[in-house]
Amino acid sequence: MILYLLRRLAVTAAILVVICAATFAIFYLMPAEPAQGACGKACSPERIAEIRTTLGLDHSPLVQFRDYLAGIVSGRTYGTGAQAVNCPLPCLGFSFQTDQPVWQVLTSRLPVSFSIAVGAAVLWLAVGVGTGTVSALRRGSLWDRAAMTAALGGASLPIYFTALVLQYLLVVRLQLLPYPQVVPFTADPIGWAQSLLMPWITLAMLYAGIYARVTRSEMLESLGQNYVRTARAKGLAEVTVVRRHALRPALMPIVTIFGMDLGALLGGALITESVFGLPGVGKLAADAIASADQPVIIGVTLFAAGFVVIANLLVDLVYAVLDPRVRAVG
Amino acid sequence: MTLLTVRGLTVEFRSGVRAVDGLDLDVDAGQVLGVVGESGSGKSVTSLAVLGLLRDARVNGEIHFDGKELTALDQRSLRRLRGNRIAMIFQDPLSCLNPYYSVAFQIAEAYRAHHRSSRKEAHRVAVRMLERVGIPEPQRRARCHPHEFSGGMRQRVMIAMALCLEPDLLIADEPTTALDVTVQAQILQLLRELREEAGTAVMLITHDMGVVAGLADQVVVMHQGRAVERGPVRDVFHRPQQPYTRGLLACVPRIDGPLPDRLPTLGATT
Repeated sequence: MILYLLRRLAVTAAILVVICAATFAIFYLMPAEPAQGACGKACSPERIAEIRTTLGLDHSPLVQFRDYLAGIVSGRTYGTGAQAVNCPLPCLGFSFQTDQPVWQVLTSRLPVSFSIAVGAAVLWLAVGVGTGTVSALRRGSLWDRAAMTAALGGASLPIYFTALVLQYLLVVRLQLLPYPQVVPFTADPIGWAQSLLMPWITLAMLYAGIYARVTRSEMLESLGQNYVRTARAKGLAEVTVVRRHALRPALMPIVTIFGMDLGALLGGALITESVFGLPGVGKLAADAIASADQPVIIGVTLFAAGFVVIANLLVDLVYAVLDPRVRAVG
Repeated sequence: MTLLTVRGLTVEFRSGVRAVDGLDLDVDAGQVLGVVGESGSGKSVTSLAVLGLLRDARVNGEIHFDGKELTALDQRSLRRLRGNRIAMIFQDPLSCLNPYYSVAFQIAEAYRAHHRSSRKEAHRVAVRMLERVGIPEPQRRARCHPHEFSGGMRQRVMIAMALCLEPDLLIADEPTTALDVTVQAQILQLLRELREEAGTAVMLITHDMGVVAGLADQVVVMHQGRAVERGPVRDVFHRPQQPYTRGLLACVPRIDGPLPDRLPTLGATT
């Protein structure tokens, strides 16, 4: 088990370095001049040369990449002498737009993305898995057909469409909810939930549809297993049979997709945050792309990739805990 | 004393297939009834019908067990009988055990379904049962999962699970079919011992004449959902009355007889 863990950690670290290299290559080695972006429009050639030296752009790509990685691990200092700027660990550089350290910007945006992702995840897990389970138990019933049609609808509608329709209905017409804004959870939990309810529903509709369909098909498969028949033959209550012997195996693939979905969302729900104007990591990415803020784009990409990779690692570990057969192989 | 009486049992699936067609059979307390027949003759469907485990099927007829009419019982009362008074073991022990739980958990679960007991106590029962069915190092093996066991050991676990509540009737549906010949012999020996110890009645469903000869007192020969012949094992084997039974017996090669070029086969309408 420990060996398995170490091996997985090593693989995870390797993947992150590769992602780092890829994003770095795309943004720093492209023809677009980062020094120009850092300096702004009215900028003299001397100033650009100076910035190139400060940012280390005059070094070879490999050295630049090495410095970038070193900055993440141990922090780095840009420039020398009186103009030296210290970039604390983990250093992802400074935003061209605001001159703030990218790491600081990212972490300041994280609570919003986190609130959106976790709230939506709770909602879609409950609705999706619940609907799928009931559908499987009442296969072929009116409920089943209605739920599966709704699930297909939910999974097919684009986020910007549901987001705008919800906003129009709930905020403008019915005036049930306030316009989404940032309310810290610690200050006002109810206001926090109210203002985030719409983004949650928007995201949950998409994912719940997918989860309901996956849960239903997995449940149908596990309900047909011989060990479910054994469980019934033992005289277990039907609730126990379903929960313990049918639902648990059916949830294994759900764990896999849930890890990846949640990981991806923690790295920012780009469309949802943009439509509702919530300042999360996704909105940051959208803005950074619009203004060609290279350090921020790389930072967000790495940050998001980090979440997905870590989520995958956690999924594998959870798998080893949940499925004894995986433990044996690992 | 008759423990289980089945009269005029008919099972019809939604597809219109009639798997069992007017079957009568009796299992006496403490006795072993062999139910033999080829695949599709309705043996397994009969056993599932007794436990009320058939879904999507219409079950008609009478199933009396220890003075109760099972077809008239609600799910709750049926559930109390399952595992507790009537236990069942199945053909393929790997797929019949849940891969996600330890073997002790699955035995303890059966025990706890019918007894108010702590997890700890149920676990102790499970370990004791594992020891009784001949699992070496039961204390350590209890925490293993089904995939860590061999086929024969898995079937032993199934038997431990079925017998932990000391049922009056054990329905064994092809208990040795998925096993090696040597393991088959061990499992049969185990069933024989346990039956003698506990006096459990057994309804032994099989297509294997050797298994019936080794274990059963009475035998019912099924064909196309009906009982075509019944009686004490010795009589049916030595003096089969029905052509179908004779055909079925002729399909089994004899180790002490001349080796035929080809084994006889059963015709579709024999």
